[in-house]
Amino acid sequence: MSALAHLPTGSRQPASPPKAARSERYRLLPYLLLLPGAAWLFLFFVVPLVQLAAASLYDPTGSLSTGYVLTWAFGNYPAAVQAYWPQFARSFAYAGIALLLALLMGYPLAYAIAQRAGRWKNLLLVCVIAPMFTSFLVRTLAWKTILSDNGWLVGLLRDVHLLGPDGRLLATPIAVVLGLTYNFLPFLVLPLYASLERLDHRLLEASSDLYASPLKTFRRVTLPLSMPGLIAGTLLFFIPATGDYINAELLGTPNEYMIGNVIDSAFLVRLDYPQGAALSFLLMSAILAVVFGYLRRAGTREVL
Amino acid sequence: MRISRWFAEHWVLGVALLVLGYLFLPIAVVAALSLNRPSSRLSYDFNEFTLDNWRNPCATADMCDAVLRSVQIGFLATVAATVLGTLMAFALARHRFRGRSGLNVLIFLPMATPELVMGTSLLALFVSGGVPLGFWTIVIAHVMFCVSFVVVTVKARLTGMDGRLEEAAMDLYASEWQTFRRITLPLVLPGIVAAALLAFSLSFDDFIVTNFNSGTTVTFPMYVWGAAQRGIPPQVNVIGTAMFLIALLLVLATSLRGRQARRAALVPVSAREGDRS
Amino acid sequence: MATENPAGDLRLANLSKTFGAFTAVDELSLTIPQGSFFALLGASGCGKTTTLRMVAGLEEPTSGQVLLGDRDITRLRPYKRPVNTVFQSYALFPHLDIFENVAFGLRRRGIRPVHGPVRQMLSLVQLDGYERRRPAQLSGGQQQRVALARALINHPQVLLLDEPLGALDLKLRRQMQIELKRIQVEVGITFVHVTHDQEEAMTMADTVAVMNAGRIEQLGTPAEIYEFPATAFVANFLGQSNLIAADVSGGNGGDLLVTAHGARFSVPSARSRADQGPVFLGVRPEKLQLAAAAGQVPAGNQHLEGSITDASYVGVSTQYLLRTGWGTELSVFVANTGAQERFAVGERVVAHWNPQHAFLLDRRADEHDRTTPVLVP
Repeated sequence: MSALAHLPTGSRQPASPPKAARSERYRLLPYLLLLPGAAWLFLFFVVPLVQLAAASLYDPTGSLSTGYVLTWAFGNYPAAVQAYWPQFARSFAYAGIALLLALLMGYPLAYAIAQRAGRWKNLLLVCVIAPMFTSFLVRTLAWKTILSDNGWLVGLLRDVHLLGPDGRLLATPIAVVLGLTYNFLPFLVLPLYASLERLDHRLLEASSDLYASPLKTFRRVTLPLSMPGLIAGTLLFFIPATGDYINAELLGTPNEYMIGNVIDSAFLVRLDYPQGAALSFLLMSAILAVVFGYLRRAGTREVL
Repeated sequence: MRISRWFAEHWVLGVALLVLGYLFLPIAVVAALSLNRPSSRLSYDFNEFTLDNWRNPCATADMCDAVLRSVQIGFLATVAATVLGTLMAFALARHRFRGRSGLNVLIFLPMATPELVMGTSLLALFVSGGVPLGFWTIVIAHVMFCVSFVVVTVKARLTGMDGRLEEAAMDLYASEWQTFRRITLPLVLPGIVAAALLAFSLSFDDFIVTNFNSGTTVTFPMYVWGAAQRGIPPQVNVIGTAMFLIALLLVLATSLRGRQARRAALVPVSAREGDRS
Repeated sequence: MATENPAGDLRLANLSKTFGAFTAVDELSLTIPQGSFFALLGASGCGKTTTLRMVAGLEEPTSGQVLLGDRDITRLRPYKRPVNTVFQSYALFPHLDIFENVAFGLRRRGIRPVHGPVRQMLSLVQLDGYERRRPAQLSGGQQQRVALARALINHPQVLLLDEPLGALDLKLRRQMQIELKRIQVEVGITFVHVTHDQEEAMTMADTVAVMNAGRIEQLGTPAEIYEFPATAFVANFLGQSNLIAADVSGGNGGDLLVTAHGARFSVPSARSRADQGPVFLGVRPEKLQLAAAAGQVPAGNQHLEGSITDASYVGVSTQYLLRTGWGTELSVFVANTGAQERFAVGERVVAHWNPQHAFLLDRRADEHDRTTPVLVP
């Protein structure tokens, strides 16, 4: 008991400094862990965006060889829109149509793997990812072969008169939309699968037990519960699809060019940096506007 | 009646198989073309069966150089992104600190930004800073867009891990370092490996960001892009098919090996109470 | 089973833990004698697990000390303490086999040999031959025993058990209770067992501390606590009690006289927690007996009248609900010995008890009768 009597004052004092030192060390640890990665992202993601914003306001009459001057030339923006609004509109239209097609294909696929595949689940999931292992460009070139004028697909469609005798698929908007749909479909399916997989199938049984038709069950139970995956998948599909220009380049013609093609040539062919930067910024703002509008309507911020 | 019921129950599977067929169609074409002797440089039609392309994948030397360069870049970018991303994932999953939500936004944004914008903005930075474009600017760019994916993958694994395992280790005389080495790291490793594989495939396959920051350096996707205008050598299809097969084997191997450990680490004990002997 | 340090009691001195504005453990002082089987019993959120984690070193106390013998271990890291824990749902390392799980503590301290002690420990918990299995391949009961072996092999001075049987089904739990008690006697280590299951605590522990809202309400042997609870909370947390609101109206030699709803009862002063003011008169349901008329009540027994409103036959006993004249329902358990007559719903009866079985508890002025419902848990 003698030990107890002097304890409250006796041994608490010498014991506290090590504790303080320890928590001091641990308070710094997360910042040390974060520093390299965050610095990298700041230097090579945030700073470039600022640089891009500055570049979009350069004097448009400058050039790479003579040098650019930041003149706060806000006129670059209206000029860019004026010149390239059809490509802008086309980007969003193509990406939107491709998204609808991808939803029609991707939802049943994700649902079947998550709820119906049983022990084949993992194998089927690998099958969804597997095509992505082959290079994006190589796959798109394969579509060029499939859709070519003397390919079997065009021949078949001509035989059943879905295409006229001179009708083509390659170098049409159809080919570009098909390519977009194909290339980004797995990005839509994977998050969708993740949330459908968590869906307890007993909920579906409960719903049909409570007099819901399969369609009602889908609308009232399955769809709302898969919403987080649907939103994440939609964004993962739509964002890269809108900014893509490879499909338009390889499967289309200048008549199908999207905004990406214009930006690519502004930076790498015409070397018109102010215009390219203004277009990039417009593209990003337009996408962010669509995304946040969509998120607000869908009523969730879970994706962040 | 019976047929319509069968149809009602199985149409989803039917659609799923059709979609999978759609996903694999171009792969089949690539594999077929890798075994083709093309009639001319610009022809994409199947002409004559041959194994020459597989026997001689480096017949066009430029292409193999490009593949090698992509592997080098992919390796460097993967190592750097995996280290940086894993450290960040640990901080986010295990520590409370100020500025957490801002950091989450910083990590999320690169995944939500079109590659085109990342590519052009980096180009604007490098040009205005007078940095010569080439191998290292590509590596820098690849690390940047891979880091976020690593963070997300490793963090998911870390938060799915039972925190009591670490407490149990500390209770059993393991110091902080020993706990990390013996318990945390082995349990998180599958997540880190998955993140590294993802980073490598993102880097190896990237075209858009690379295109803006490569200068005269040619990676495999850049090579294919250039060749698409002049005519694709059939060896490109050999590489495409080989990559597909290698990745498939890797995935199957890791999923077979990792299945048991993963199941054990992520399923809480209480969920297994049913199968008592 | 030699330990390096001279053996000692585990003592908690004014131990407190607050999380923000919430006080989980409130100035807790406690001595747990060496070699005893001690149970911390309480509902979830009462602070019992936090107390345990502070002893293990997994939680730092806001104030107060943890002492082992004369040694202050309050600020020691968990891996520096001669204390081991059996975690709730076990926390077995999924990537290590059973052998390596059990050997973990020895290897971290560099103790050799490893093989002999591990095999010996596995046979103590009857898991010989399971060395190379993974935790996932074991049943819940087997995992529980691995967790026990993994902790015991280190010969801790104190073994902490955090709801160790909570994940097991009822039958297995009974079996493990007996086994844990056997092992504790065999190894002679101090066991501190946290549980919300009163029956488990009473079956296994020598001493039980009932915790509520971060404080200990009562400490004692299971029989002491059950027979003479200190507070209304304890009276109802451990088993059931009929608590009748009453007021002390006077004394009579060794007895206290109380008035409840106009009736007068006496209770021995030795069984009173208060000797004046508002009190609860408490009687356990199995201490109440039923008679058809007041004339049949044995001399010296207290009694009150009522009518049967419910009778449930549960095998070993019949559980009655009795409505008193003033409207309170009392529960009465009558053992089915075959000697007593059975009563039907609606019958008027007299409930009586030996005053030595009643107890008086302090009561806040505005509280009404607190009786527990008749249904078996």
